[in-house]
Amino acid sequence: MKTTKTVILLSATIALSSFFTSCSKDKGCTDPVALNFDQKAETDDGSCIYPTPPPPAATTASVNINFTHNFDGTTVTANDFNTIQYTNQFGNQMSISKLKYLISDVRFYKANGDSVVVDGYNYIDLTNTATLSYALGNVGHDTYTGVGFVIGFDVIDNISNYYPDLNAVSWNWPASLGGGYHYMQLEGQYIDSNSATANYAYHYGTAREINLANDTIYHPNYTLAQIGGVTIAGSSVNIEIKMNIAEWFKNTYTWDLNVYNTMLMPNYNAQILMKQNAPTVFSLGTVN
Amino acid sequence: MTITNKLTLLTLIALSVLFSCSKDKDPVTPTPIPPPPGGSSPTPYALTIPPIFAQTLPAPFNPQNNPLTVEGVELGRHLFYDPILSGDGTQSCATCHAPELAFTDTNQFSTGIDGLEGNRNSMPIFNAAWNFDQRFFWDGRAIGLEGQAFGPVRNPIEMHNTWPDAVTSLQNHPTYPSMFNAAFGTTIIDSVLVVKAIAQFERTLISANSKFDRYLLGMEALTPQEASGFNLFMDQQGGDCFHCHGSAGNPLWTDNGFHNNGLDASFTDLGLGGVTGNPADNGKFKTPSLRNLVFTAPYMHDGRFQTLDEVIEHYSTGIVMSSTIDPMMEHAANGGVQLTAQEKANLKAFLLSLTDNNFVTNPDFQAP
Repeated sequence: MKTTKTVILLSATIALSSFFTSCSKDKGCTDPVALNFDQKAETDDGSCIYPTPPPPAATTASVNINFTHNFDGTTVTANDFNTIQYTNQFGNQMSISKLKYLISDVRFYKANGDSVVVDGYNYIDLTNTATLSYALGNVGHDTYTGVGFVIGFDVIDNISNYYPDLNAVSWNWPASLGGGYHYMQLEGQYIDSNSATANYAYHYGTAREINLANDTIYHPNYTLAQIGGVTIAGSSVNIEIKMNIAEWFKNTYTWDLNVYNTMLMPNYNAQILMKQNAPTVFSLGTVN
Repeated sequence: MTITNKLTLLTLIALSVLFSCSKDKDPVTPTPIPPPPGGSSPTPYALTIPPIFAQTLPAPFNPQNNPLTVEGVELGRHLFYDPILSGDGTQSCATCHAPELAFTDTNQFSTGIDGLEGNRNSMPIFNAAWNFDQRFFWDGRAIGLEGQAFGPVRNPIEMHNTWPDAVTSLQNHPTYPSMFNAAFGTTIIDSVLVVKAIAQFERTLISANSKFDRYLLGMEALTPQEASGFNLFMDQQGGDCFHCHGSAGNPLWTDNGFHNNGLDASFTDLGLGGVTGNPADNGKFKTPSLRNLVFTAPYMHDGRFQTLDEVIEHYSTGIVMSSTIDPMMEHAANGGVQLTAQEKANLKAFLLSLTDNNFVTNPDFQAP
């Protein structure tokens, strides 16, 4: 009913307005997309009527990061947990029973040296597939030369007991070790030098040093991961970020689980070696 | 102005009006929620979030299909304390979950209406709305408080009733039909409404007013011994308790997870593994909260330890290795964390500072 009326009125109006515009000779609506486009008009008089405003040209894309995990190329999901089936660079046979970690402040680098940061963090737990996807929000269209992010929290963000969702999963790092939050918990079993099955708990976070003068120094021990460039275009972009778990045990320190297995949180040397191995752990996967 | 001009003007105005109409979608008129058929409309119940939880934790979980109402909570309290749900009318939920004991009992295993014993220790009930994984029981077999409440009523070694019989008893009761009407807008009772009401009551059972809570809020000081005990609790080279049992940031004092804490070399009770069927879960049980320990003896899923001293001794020297022992039991290879007598006393002092006396006497939680 309403539509019919509109059409009739519209036709009437277009007829009438074309009658009027023809009077005013070559002025009228010159936009062919407009409802009242006037073929005869040569100069646009600002009278164009549109059904809806034309959409503004998109300048950002909605970006989503998907985290995938592998052990030197072999895909690892929670379904692969608890079976001794991996061998690290040193030669330790090992399983994975837990992999949880935190990344924050994803940054997109431009060729001219500028960068844009997406403030925020994502806590990943392989047993909860929802955490493997991180919606970053909108990122400006550009060809970025690199993507970076913090493994863990940087000094500014690593505030003790500050994040309710992280508190609820007991992600806290003890105050006596510098406080803040864990960066990663990687756990499982390995075959030790006596051929017995033993546990490891590779927990990475702030490094507490007690030096020879017996002073306690807390080293912010986070790592800045740098992976390849991405082009952000269109309305949405999915970026795969791959963790090669084996890299936690090599490049550049070849990790022997017989040496460092449990009780690693207060172990300054172990914490520094985790940071040493961290930069090569992540790489860019598919972007689409 | 000529008549034609006027007409055009009018048409253009009409047109612009029509366009503005067609641009906006018809406004959505919210459909008012119809009043329940019984004619009653329950009053929303606003859960009071304690300051220490508001400061550190996400908002409590409440399923959308069971919003808290004043009438629902009150009905749940009546049902919780009423032996009408049991097969012979002798046991209520409170028989094994007594308010003065932080909603547990003093037995190793509770005895059901037929005199049969279970194989698990009755769990205390508090802060269940902050169990975000929503898995309940020592082995995590129930999802949600509603799901949990279905179990004991029909368990042959507990209340040994059937749900149809329990519902018939409630339906024939002089006051329950009108209480269900007030809470849910229907006098027709069914088991789903019964567990919803009980779950609503249980979500109000919040314990967050211990000495340690007040310390965290800056209202009270710890004794040096309690403070030492807390430091030990948080120290991986000390008690190494914090991964599973919370911290100042997680004042639930549980991770609500499932772990093998080194009780046995082999498992007669598979725990979580019996539910998931995954051998890697064998011997794993839910981490209990450390709040209100003074009320909740005996301890562990099978109530094997009578005192807190025995529990501390277990973690100090009694850890037994097994195939699924948690990697976060980092001193397991040495049999435990090896605390001195002084350290054990300090740790115990800290644990007792998590006692919430107001919780066990709160009049809102007592039998109606």
